[in-house]
Amino acid sequence: MRQRLQDLDWIGLYLWVLRAAIIILVVWGTIATIIDNPYSPRQWIDLIIFGIAQGSMYALIAIGYTLVYGVLFMINFAHGEFFMSGIMTATVFVATPLAATGFMNRQPLLSLLLIAVVAMVVSMSIAVLTERAAYRPLRKAPRLVPLITAIGASFFWQYYFRGLFGSQVIPFPVPDVMKGTASILGVEILKTQLTVIVVTIIMLIGLNLFIMRTRTGKSIRAVAEDKDTAALMGIDVDRAITITFATGASMAGIAGLLYALVFTQVHFFMGFFPGLKAFTAAVLGGIGSIPGAAVGGLFLGLIESVGPSLFLQGLGIPAPHQLKDVIAFVMLVLVLIFRPQGILGERLTEKKA
Amino acid sequence: MSETNNFDYRIPLQNGLIAGVVALSVSVIGMVTLLAQRYLIAGWLTLGQVILFMAPAAMSYLAAGKAPQNNRGIALIYGFLTGLISALPLVALILLNEVIDLRQFLPNVSPALIEILTFGRGTVAGSLFLIIVTSVLGLVAAGLYLLPDRIRRPIFSGLIWTFFFGMFSEILSDRLRTFFGTDFAKLIIESKALRPVVAVTIFIVTASLSVLWSRRGDKVKGRMAKMDTKSQNRMRYGLIIFGITLMLILPLLLGTYLSEVMNMILIFALMGFGLNIVVGFAGLLDLGYVAFFAIGAYTMGVLTSTGDLGVAGMSFWLAIPICVAVSMLGGLLLGMPVLRMRGDYLAIVTLGFGEIIRILVLSDLLKPYIGGAQGLLKINKPVIVGIPLIKPDQFYYVALAGCLIAAFISYRLSQARLGRQWMAIREDEDVAEAMGIRLVNTKLLAFAIGAAFAGLAGAIFASKLTSIFPHSFNLLISINVLCMIIVGGMGSLPGVILGALALVGLPELLREFAEFRLLMYGIVLIVMMLAKPEGLWPSAIRKRELHVHDNEDYEDYPEAMAPRAETRDPGLEGPSHL
Amino acid sequence: MAILTAKEVTKRFGGLVAVNKYDFEIGAEEIVSIIGPNGAGKTTFFNCLTGFYQANEGDMLFLGQRLNGRTPDQITRMGIARTYQNIRVFPAMTAIENILVGEDPRLKTSWIEAVIKTKRYTKEEEEAVAEANRLLEYVGLTGMGDQLSHNLPYGAQRRLELARALASQPTLLLLDEPTAGMNPHESAEMMHFIKKLRDDLGITILLIEHDMRVVMGISERISVLDFGSKICEGTPAEIQCNPNVIEAYLGRGAATGLSETPEKTVA
Repeated sequence: MRQRLQDLDWIGLYLWVLRAAIIILVVWGTIATIIDNPYSPRQWIDLIIFGIAQGSMYALIAIGYTLVYGVLFMINFAHGEFFMSGIMTATVFVATPLAATGFMNRQPLLSLLLIAVVAMVVSMSIAVLTERAAYRPLRKAPRLVPLITAIGASFFWQYYFRGLFGSQVIPFPVPDVMKGTASILGVEILKTQLTVIVVTIIMLIGLNLFIMRTRTGKSIRAVAEDKDTAALMGIDVDRAITITFATGASMAGIAGLLYALVFTQVHFFMGFFPGLKAFTAAVLGGIGSIPGAAVGGLFLGLIESVGPSLFLQGLGIPAPHQLKDVIAFVMLVLVLIFRPQGILGERLTEKKA
Repeated sequence: MSETNNFDYRIPLQNGLIAGVVALSVSVIGMVTLLAQRYLIAGWLTLGQVILFMAPAAMSYLAAGKAPQNNRGIALIYGFLTGLISALPLVALILLNEVIDLRQFLPNVSPALIEILTFGRGTVAGSLFLIIVTSVLGLVAAGLYLLPDRIRRPIFSGLIWTFFFGMFSEILSDRLRTFFGTDFAKLIIESKALRPVVAVTIFIVTASLSVLWSRRGDKVKGRMAKMDTKSQNRMRYGLIIFGITLMLILPLLLGTYLSEVMNMILIFALMGFGLNIVVGFAGLLDLGYVAFFAIGAYTMGVLTSTGDLGVAGMSFWLAIPICVAVSMLGGLLLGMPVLRMRGDYLAIVTLGFGEIIRILVLSDLLKPYIGGAQGLLKINKPVIVGIPLIKPDQFYYVALAGCLIAAFISYRLSQARLGRQWMAIREDEDVAEAMGIRLVNTKLLAFAIGAAFAGLAGAIFASKLTSIFPHSFNLLISINVLCMIIVGGMGSLPGVILGALALVGLPELLREFAEFRLLMYGIVLIVMMLAKPEGLWPSAIRKRELHVHDNEDYEDYPEAMAPRAETRDPGLEGPSHL
Repeated sequence: MAILTAKEVTKRFGGLVAVNKYDFEIGAEEIVSIIGPNGAGKTTFFNCLTGFYQANEGDMLFLGQRLNGRTPDQITRMGIARTYQNIRVFPAMTAIENILVGEDPRLKTSWIEAVIKTKRYTKEEEEAVAEANRLLEYVGLTGMGDQLSHNLPYGAQRRLELARALASQPTLLLLDEPTAGMNPHESAEMMHFIKKLRDDLGITILLIEHDMRVVMGISERISVLDFGSKICEGTPAEIQCNPNVIEAYLGRGAATGLSETPEKTVA
């Protein structure tokens, strides 16, 4: 018994208090909200659907973090910029001219496909370039070194694209057929949000097939398992890493298009926060795991969307939606403290992680 | 042998394309146009042109270096071709812009840019002229490479100094006017740029000084090294006294505007010392450092404001220790949950903390207490013996004092037991723990002391501005401070000052750069990590006081046993061993 | 009298049992070796003792206090110091600084005293440096105090690691393959030194070794591990002719080989 007390040092105690306080606040806020009942069921459903759509985007971006982390054990801080660069370029060079000529409304599917391809290609090129120039020379360096270059790359690309396309918000033209709502099982859903969810599911299935079934996917998994052995087995490790970056970036490129559809605008800073959130999602689900990224993204999107109304409203906090980012980051901290392997992640040993 | 003597077309092609893409990039993102407004040499050379032609010149220089040994012809051809090829992307841009108006996509491809790129000579003639210019530049750069070191070095230092004076000609002019009168200033500076004659003079003078130093410098160094300990000590004290005097009278020399810049440098250096403890000494990458800066600033605001939100109406001096204590407490509370995490997770989580604090400051939740987006106003200025320190050149002393205290504490700690514990943790956490070091406590101390410095900086900052707004406390501050210590050298105290001068001072003076500040920081971070991860002023030499008293014993040891840190990077040794 | 007792210590990694119900005892001022083939669980046992791993089962008592559940720094403070199989000095710190870190648990002054440089602090630091220099001399690295430790030659790094471990003035010293990577001559020297250490300082020494010749020369008792379990324990002479040991090292059917050439190195 005495030993037990000794084990519970003051930091452990502080963490327990912290955890208890957060649980109490969340429960209390939820109960208060339910009693108070400020929203109609319809509004709750909207929040949930928005959360799922937002979470789908996080999931797609999180794939990039997870893939790179799985292979290089590196947090690719610049990944949010890959997301931004593709759709920014596609908006300026493809979407806006297509909309101006009216082509977009005549051939919405073709237009969106074209935009998606351009966004993916640009995102991939930026990713491959970044990997080649800023990460590859540092593969043997201590862990924090590539993280610092990644931060540098993130700021570089942000302000590079700001210089290219200007600092103003650029409107993204949504084709007319995608405006309005569709009814599914009696629930009205915005068509754009529906698109986001459907496209995400397709992309995730496609990615899974790619990683699990194809030769290239297998080589990526082999490199993630053990670089040296993979190299001995005749796998071109550099190539596998480049493909990993490109795959993650192409997912981010698609996520960029989905983001533009939902928020109807793009901006040079748009990658930063979604990037951070997606990283949070990846950690939440268990970094290194692709299903984890999907689950983590969905979970984060939901909690961010529903959380402020559910927990914070009841606590009498004014304008709770201002604090949705706080919820996301607090989630990140809590997960890292109490369940560092994430929801689906295997427990990484200290040595590997 | 044969292959090394051959001409390899890929070298100029590759170098030229890289240079071309860089030149194209700086053009289309608007740097060239913006910086073309600043002349370095009146009527002759703008900063924009320097930025534009830097990459072609540098890549040509490098291409010449890849030429076969002893084959000057090929080296020159490489340089020439690299320059030539580097112009092609720009020419493509010019021609494409003739066909379609690129400005609808890329707002910075303006007529002004085309005018600069074509030297105002129209599309075709201008393009040709551009190609000629870069080719000649490439040839010159390659020629420079072929010159012997004793000639090349003075040319480089002459160029660098001339560039330096040119960049700061506006400030130079202001200072000259103050000290020598308007007429003299006009003699040197013409419409904010150096007169050509002056530029040439500066080049000649600095180049000759460089020649002189390379001939005589070694002798002077040798003589200094030969001096006995006593005279060396005397010289050290002389230097210290000189330094202190300089620091005290600096505002008089600088004038109001530069003092203001100096204050920013000092406040950032103060933060730098704090982050240096966390990142440099203890090896914990903290990206949310701005949180503590904000805590310090808002504590100062709430405690001393005479406006609606002030609660205590305290004096600056009374509030300072409270601000430091509150930030330190903040450091402890935020540090406790996260310090068991691994390095890269820690970085992201602290980043999250920084954002949480910023969002909270902005939120309606705390608005009744700290003002939200409307800010916190009417913060007290410090008062010394009845004199409020309002003007920047008075306030300077407050910032200086804070900075000196932080430097002093950092220095003492780096030499002490705690410094060793931090270093051990940075080197190998597991072993450090096995040596009996309490990891969490030691890390927490680093976090808390770092936070205390940031809090002090925040308090001084709040008092300097007298009103604070949430947008002053964003992530960019953290990144800025991080860049500072990386540029200076992690763990190096003089490095912090150097970093602050370079990354806070320069951008303050080069207002045109403001838009591209973060672009530059990004490049700086990448380049430093790739090329010089130990920083510009590394803390390699740690000749500790603790070795001084047995120095006599060590003097007799053969060369091989002498501390080899000195052989690591000649020319960049800090004053830590003066 | 035993100063360290381990009873039925078990450490599992997932399904793998790295150490299986291991009983072990060491008396004051004894030199005891744990031997066994690669992967037998020797280093894992060390890691359990020093708190780097938590044992899943079993009790470890050191001077009457339980080691289970304590952190590495607490255990070091109780008087157990260790070295590593693959040398782990602090590479970018000087030799003296390395030893000063080893002395750390014995230093008392706080960082505030260091900032204002109290007399107590100055005195303590001076004494610590003097002690560190004395230790350097003791392990034969006189004059190398200012060298960055990663610039030291291999053998010197081993000795520096030893000096660092000694700096905490341990009661029990755990040495993980102290002669790894050394030639026979250097190994002999090291073993001699370890014996001298015990005789001079009265420290109890527990070592892990691969080199049979070395172990036989200095150990008073030997405990043999194989696949995490103890297969036998006894004096060097007893171990040499124990068939289980020979089997563990060389496989079945080779039982006669080793007993005739006990000096054979098994690496």
